[in-house]
Amino acid sequence: MIMKLSLGPILYYWTRETLLDFYDQVASWPVDIVYLGETVCSRRHTFRTDNWLHVAEMLAAAGKEVVLSTQALIESESDLKTLRRLCGNGKFSVEANDMGAVRLLSGSPFVAGPHINTYNPYTLEILAEAGATRWVIPVEMSRQMLADLLEQDTHGMESEIFAYGRLPLAFSARCFTARRYNLPKDDCQFRCLEAPYGLTLKTREGQPFLALNGTQTQSASVYNLLAELESMPGLVNVLRISPQPQHTGDVAALFHAALNGAATPAQAARELAPLLPEAACNGYWHGRPGLEQVVMP
Amino acid sequence: MSLELVCPAGNLPALKMAIDHGADCVYMGFRDNTNARAFPGLNFDFAAAQEGVRYAHAKSRKVLLALNTFPQTATWLRWQQAVDQAAEMGVDAIILADPGLMRYASRTYPGMRLHLSVQGSATNYEAINYYHEHFGIQRAVLPRVLSLAQVEQVVKNTPVEIELFGFGGLCVMVEGRCVLSSYATGESPNTAGVCSPAKAVRWEQTPKGLESRLNNVLLDRYGAEEKAGYPTLCKGRFEVSDETYYAIEEPTSLNTLELLPEMLNMGIAAVKIEGRQRSPAYVEQVTKVWRAAIDTVKRDAENYAVHPAWTAQLDKMAEGQQHTLGAYHRPWK
Repeated sequence: MIMKLSLGPILYYWTRETLLDFYDQVASWPVDIVYLGETVCSRRHTFRTDNWLHVAEMLAAAGKEVVLSTQALIESESDLKTLRRLCGNGKFSVEANDMGAVRLLSGSPFVAGPHINTYNPYTLEILAEAGATRWVIPVEMSRQMLADLLEQDTHGMESEIFAYGRLPLAFSARCFTARRYNLPKDDCQFRCLEAPYGLTLKTREGQPFLALNGTQTQSASVYNLLAELESMPGLVNVLRISPQPQHTGDVAALFHAALNGAATPAQAARELAPLLPEAACNGYWHGRPGLEQVVMP
Repeated sequence: MSLELVCPAGNLPALKMAIDHGADCVYMGFRDNTNARAFPGLNFDFAAAQEGVRYAHAKSRKVLLALNTFPQTATWLRWQQAVDQAAEMGVDAIILADPGLMRYASRTYPGMRLHLSVQGSATNYEAINYYHEHFGIQRAVLPRVLSLAQVEQVVKNTPVEIELFGFGGLCVMVEGRCVLSSYATGESPNTAGVCSPAKAVRWEQTPKGLESRLNNVLLDRYGAEEKAGYPTLCKGRFEVSDETYYAIEEPTSLNTLELLPEMLNMGIAAVKIEGRQRSPAYVEQVTKVWRAAIDTVKRDAENYAVHPAWTAQLDKMAEGQQHTLGAYHRPWK
């Protein structure tokens, strides 16, 4: 199966040492594309733009296609300043995660990120005209919706899918991690550092349901489409793995094995199962509620 | 025009209540998922919508039509036809979120006035100006995530009129960027025009209390003394690292009456009242209060003060009988 593997931007807040160590390892992982940057919260600062650019150089030298991802929720003038710097970096491709970024990137090639709402071929066409060469489908889009859309698409843009990780489901101005500790957002004491994989939110009967990641709300379950790869050729060009604190290299290796035929997707998925930090889900791809795990006969 | 009062109309009686009690504009939607309040029994068929437009125009008020969900490929024609119908019945503006649909509307009906829906998730002037340059958007409704200072920065840097939410149910998430509902039920505001749809809700009296479930996920459990609200997914009580609380948001309403002088000064074009799903009586009461408040602030902004009777009246209408300034007030975040 000819599909590329990408590593998404780290959605969590990790220490500087952890980030440096992580990307040192990424250089040797079987991923083709690496997305870098802070997409969730402008208060996070263990890595600043210069640090991201430095890692970008290192990974590009290691042969990776590097893309700089922009913050999804742009609120302040200072957010815009960072956005302009990324969009005008002059060297690396950029993933636009809001329409402000699309405006700044128009006229040169860019990636339309998962937080741009692209649900039909007419919107995709507008992004193509602006310069997008790849788009990341909305997480809630099913295989059928994607097939319907691509049937009418004439631009042949690359399609990328969020294929592994806790799903980014919502953004807010409010920080839910700070709220958990009764702290104001402006004095959050960077408690996200203590939750490198988000804080699991459970129902009152103990069912893991969501995960709080600062201003972002994620699924508690791990979206995992490794067993679904055979339903993707012709629709999907790039599979995105969302970094987690543990086993991300192993996850990439198993996806890679399934793509190059060293293992069947079913075999690889069986090997991946014990590495999942929470229950798996794949409902969205099947047009079902996202939290469901659909087992194909 | 500044501080236009934009009121919700879930049906014809509500529309007439809003017009009769001082709304400058009403906004409404068709009876399907082309708008983000696609609730059973709510909204307008073509004939009722036409009647609503006639009623409003006879009293020199405006009608805005919300077509603010994201059309999918297989059902695109429904959205396109809704734009055609809006043009035919002569609404004063359509409220859109999808760029593809904006292009269709702006090319097919160049004279039609377009508003950017809150569902378009534009929180900064670069995004708003994008929609203005490409589709001629004349007004943008801001998501309920910016502080007033941030709103002012937007106003100063765009030729697009800015509309703010003033009162009603509070979305704590950025509208257009929340798929919590489809994660639990398969249907989200973006694609299906609903959040936490009623058909997925189940109430059950158990020995532990009254339980509300959404597609079997337990959202909350109420003691005998507690008042149970509609089980919107983000307003349930959950457990995070051994503490059970309203982890995302309490059931509460946004109420920005006290911010009206600042809104007027910074040139806010319109204030939106949430609640197309609410009763005509709600629309009547809320419209009356906001009409009085806006008239008062426009007469004399410097001496404006929120009348206690206004707040008392609104609190009776508010979700959870309490209110907040939301993100306009920094500590809320």
